[in-house]
Amino acid sequence: MADAPGPDGTSAARVEITRDEVAHLADLARIDLSDAELDHLAPQLSVILESVASITGVAGEDVPPTSHALPMSNVMREDVVVPGLSAEQALSGAPASEQQRFSVPRILGDEQ
Amino acid sequence: MIRHSAAELAAALEAGETTSVALTRACLDRIAEVDGSVHAFLHVDAEGALAQAEASDARRAAGETRGPLDGIPVAVKDVLATEGLPTTCGSRILEGWVPPYDATVVTRLREAGLPILGKTNMDEFAMGSSTEHSAYGPTRNPWDLDRIPGGSGGGSAAAVAAFEAPLAVGTDTGGSIRQPGAVTGTVGVKPTYGGVSRYGLVALANSLDQAGPVTRTVLDSALLHEVIGGHDPRDSTSIDQPLPALVEAARAGASGDLTGLRVGVVTELGGEGYQPGVLARFTEALDLLVEAGAEVVEVSCPTFVHALATYYLILPAEASSNLAKFDAMRYGLRTWPEGVESPSAEEVMRATRDAGFGDEVKRRIILGTYALSSGYYDAYYGQAQKVRTLISRDFAAAFEKADVLVSPTAPTTAFRLGEKLDDPIAMYLNDLATIPANLAGVPGISVPSGLADEDGLPAGFQVLAPALADDRLYRVGAALETLLAKKWGGPLLDRAHALAEEAAR
Repeated sequence: MADAPGPDGTSAARVEITRDEVAHLADLARIDLSDAELDHLAPQLSVILESVASITGVAGEDVPPTSHALPMSNVMREDVVVPGLSAEQALSGAPASEQQRFSVPRILGDEQ
Repeated sequence: MIRHSAAELAAALEAGETTSVALTRACLDRIAEVDGSVHAFLHVDAEGALAQAEASDARRAAGETRGPLDGIPVAVKDVLATEGLPTTCGSRILEGWVPPYDATVVTRLREAGLPILGKTNMDEFAMGSSTEHSAYGPTRNPWDLDRIPGGSGGGSAAAVAAFEAPLAVGTDTGGSIRQPGAVTGTVGVKPTYGGVSRYGLVALANSLDQAGPVTRTVLDSALLHEVIGGHDPRDSTSIDQPLPALVEAARAGASGDLTGLRVGVVTELGGEGYQPGVLARFTEALDLLVEAGAEVVEVSCPTFVHALATYYLILPAEASSNLAKFDAMRYGLRTWPEGVESPSAEEVMRATRDAGFGDEVKRRIILGTYALSSGYYDAYYGQAQKVRTLISRDFAAAFEKADVLVSPTAPTTAFRLGEKLDDPIAMYLNDLATIPANLAGVPGISVPSGLADEDGLPAGFQVLAPALADDRLYRVGAALETLLAKKWGGPLLDRAHALAEEAAR
């Protein structure tokens, strides 16, 4: 990622995201991308990143971050039992189910 | 009958001049007639809507009407969970999914007696400004079927603009209610963040998402807002206090008197990048507000120039986390990778997310993954959160000088289908004027301001108010609507002829 802003948020001249990096990010995001998709996405992501890199340095150290526009904390509801979904309802959209459980492909690899 | 406002239809129901079944049937007939061209709906529930209409008529006969909108049909954006009705979010990954529960907004519609006509089309997971990113094909603008209806809630806006429904519900994360309103000549409101419950709203960016009304008149939006709004213990970000008197504000505004109101024109939301015809209608509308007694002040919100960049870091970051739940395990699509013998859950997950998500969703998930990755977090996401603080401060300073802020809703009128589909930045620029409100959580409305001279297509006038002061949107919006209708000799939608021409062909 040539000239990408470093962790200290200083330089933001040119942001380039390579095809390999897009492949790595897709891997982290658990999306299989085809070669054609990688070729298509990488340049588009570079353009987007370049346009958003303009915010680097806009806010000083002393500015607190905002995660929610109208912050609230310790929001509790009354501690009263309310009806939830039945097992049948919860499983109604499952791709596969067995014995009132979600049935999933194998989780462990061969060597495990 | 289908051209009347919801308020007029409610009066007709009360006077016994029509029935909910007749109204619902008229909407369903209209959908059958024009939705082949418009494609506002992904799913129509004729049977369910008629059953709810019959129940409403029975209540009315027994003197047990539940409220002013009992019996008035409504369309719901496909991002809100509806028990027993498919909910796809415009995505293949949720094709055929039928939720086992209702979103709180939907529960409130049902409790208030509104028959639900069906689910409206949208950009996949609400990512887009044109509805072209729907996996089920685009919605078309009733003013010109070759043009976009805005997005992501193009289906809801087109449904009311094409008279398929008097009312619809949308969601607005960066302008997805207001921008479609502007380009279809309809009214759309993004309430204060936390004003309408997000329970059962499939999250795009949970700190920005807000459901709200999509209608043809300002009063109708106020009526619908009062039905769907208010505190919900199932949403921890829901505001625990009563809504302001919205319907009352809309009725007061309709008198056309704005004496003493201070209107702030935001310097940064206009000028370069805005279509001349959009700006001309904006200036004329502003002049009308002055004639109605308002005082205009110019306000500067310098950080707004960074709002788009801030949004396109915060939104993908939140979206990439929110969409991690589509893992092919508990609901939705499951795709087996080709040529892999006994694939693992993770391989199935990867194949499913590739097959189930469209281009724009993949773009934003990858962008968000990047912005949140270690080494880049502080430079991108951390910085965006700080700029968000500065944007809120700009709003606070501006609202010291003005009661409401105004701008054009969208920089241009509706563009042609396909024109910006593969140019993400050009597409993102549509939300230039609407995004700051989402970042700061303040409410906004878009009201039709007229037709641009260049292309004869509708433009929108946006009004923004401080958090919790949603009533101001309705007062100013209704005043402008009244003054403009007087000037035009009727509502703007009377001049939308594309569907009539289509029918004649």
